[in-house]
Amino acid sequence: MIGYQNIFTQVQVHGTAYPGVPMTGKNDPRFGKPLFVHLFGMIGDAQVGPIYLGWLGVASLLCGFIAFEIIGLNMWASVGWDPIQFVRQLPWLALEPPPPSYGLHLPPLDQGGWWLMAGFFLTAAILLWWTRMYRRARALGMGTHVAWAFASAIWLYLVLGFIRPLLMGSWGEAVPFGIFPHLDWTAALSLRYGNLFYNPFHMLSIVFLYGSTLLFAMHGATILAVSRFGGEREIEQAVDRGTAAERAAIFWRWTMGFNATFESIHRWAWWFAVLCTFAGGIGILLTGTVVDNWYLWAVKHGVAPAYPHVYPITIDPATLPGAPK
Amino acid sequence: MNFALKIALGLAVVAGAAVTFGTFELPPAKQVQTGYRGVAMGQIFHPATIAKQQALNQSPAADDPQDPSGQKSSEVYQNVQVLKDLDSNEFLRLMNSMTEWVSPEQGCAYCHNQENLADDSLYTKVVARRMLQMVANINGAWKTHVGATGVTCYTCHRGNPVPQNIWFNDPRPTEPHGLSQEKLAKNVASKLIGSTSLPSDVLADFLDKKDEIRVNSTTALPTGDRHSIKQAEWTYGLMIHLSESLGVNCTYCHNSRSFYDWDQSPPQRATAWYGIRMVRDLNTNYLDPLAGTFPHNRLGPTGDGPKLDCATCHNGVYKPLYGVSLLKDYPELAGPLIQASAAEMPPKP
Repeated sequence: MIGYQNIFTQVQVHGTAYPGVPMTGKNDPRFGKPLFVHLFGMIGDAQVGPIYLGWLGVASLLCGFIAFEIIGLNMWASVGWDPIQFVRQLPWLALEPPPPSYGLHLPPLDQGGWWLMAGFFLTAAILLWWTRMYRRARALGMGTHVAWAFASAIWLYLVLGFIRPLLMGSWGEAVPFGIFPHLDWTAALSLRYGNLFYNPFHMLSIVFLYGSTLLFAMHGATILAVSRFGGEREIEQAVDRGTAAERAAIFWRWTMGFNATFESIHRWAWWFAVLCTFAGGIGILLTGTVVDNWYLWAVKHGVAPAYPHVYPITIDPATLPGAPK
Repeated sequence: MNFALKIALGLAVVAGAAVTFGTFELPPAKQVQTGYRGVAMGQIFHPATIAKQQALNQSPAADDPQDPSGQKSSEVYQNVQVLKDLDSNEFLRLMNSMTEWVSPEQGCAYCHNQENLADDSLYTKVVARRMLQMVANINGAWKTHVGATGVTCYTCHRGNPVPQNIWFNDPRPTEPHGLSQEKLAKNVASKLIGSTSLPSDVLADFLDKKDEIRVNSTTALPTGDRHSIKQAEWTYGLMIHLSESLGVNCTYCHNSRSFYDWDQSPPQRATAWYGIRMVRDLNTNYLDPLAGTFPHNRLGPTGDGPKLDCATCHNGVYKPLYGVSLLKDYPELAGPLIQASAAEMPPKP
């Protein structure tokens, strides 16, 4: 039992491969012979396969592959098809959205047309995968909580790459596909709109982001800590509180003054995760469309405090008569 | 542990060590508070880096002053076009110092035909004359940026015939690209912009041309400001260039809570503002017109002449040569003497 208290599961039990629950209705069977991967077994289930893709899965992977190729090949072309430079500079490379001068018109391929196409196929891939997620959950007789949590992340993705550019009237407002480029874009967005940290929805999003990590750590730690009493059997403990649940509850009462239940902690975590991207999407949607400078907005509404002046008064030189250009 | 796991673990350790030791500076880092407490207005320095920089940015001693000969340089030497009214002994002292500052290894012959010192056949002499006028312009018309400290040839040259930090136009945007995305001077690894993926041809737009830098809206709600995020990336790239060139953080000039707001900015921001305008003046009025004077091997890949940016003088230090003024020992470079004769010599086409 002590094995449960390590990050890596120490014991891997090998039996015959698990075939999965019997499926009813028009579900195709899963195909392929399952195999076991020891490394996977250290962090999760060692069994890989059998596989079910269905037409939604196939269509999604195909669209995702097309988007991946459009982005990757354009990145490779940008370093003159040099394989070494492609690997060396990969974090810097990007597929850029069209220049703002094109507005919402279709640009030529080399002027951001590829970006629009990649965005279309990536979005198609994501939405198809969402549908698959929803339908697979239904096929298994599960609730659709995971699909709706994923939908929250898709909402933020769509706001950034589709809805906000549409409202701003320019594809050029969207995010480039690239590792460093999308990060630098994020910083530039904040700089352009007067400091995104004063955006209350950004604040909320951060609360839920950090809150999610905190809840995840607290929950994971609690369950591991009471696993010697059977605490990992959370579902049973939710309805039939055993000694593991009671010890965990008292522990949090002693250290925090309040405790979640074995059921409610999962609702807490789900809402925190979902609200992170949901609030974030609202914050981005308002940026540039409804608010143009979040710092000034925060001053106007008494959010940003004033600090004592410590520098000599500096006048904007551009406002002085005869200022150089 | 099985074999594959050991290999994976080994690779992870190597990658982790590479990231840790390849990208981080060894502690300690020194922080200097420059603003009101608790608002993160400060500069972070790395003592080992500063020690290295200090060794590289020492101002040389000035040559001993000369007793005046009583004769003007133009009365003693032929073809003197700038500094005509300077005493001939001081003129000779300046020529010697310029050799030390610019071409210590090549000597006088770098600019002068040894058979006839008055001859203008070497391009370096024509360029040097224009550079003297440029120095006078900086020290005279741009006190808003250089103050009384001023500049000399050494500020940029540091004993090199060509200063170490110069730039040329990026040929990338004109490269053929077939069907693929056009070649952008962006999303490439470039030291110029601190290894970010920001636009790397910002110098051409902002320091040679006069593109608008400000992208921040000055009203809380939208009132028709159409600056795009892409424009913000351009401005951001320029600002990273300034930060890298001066070895300072954003907060040296800006209050990072509100980058646009002059009321909350440290006074250095105005100095930098004038610096940008000064560099524009120097590139468009002094360096660009010299492109036709330089031989081919001194030109950039698109046939343009060398240009200067913030790093050309600053060399990674917030004040070039840590603010030591060499100009006070060479007052003839301060302006009036050269400017008086500049009117007679139109800029080279």
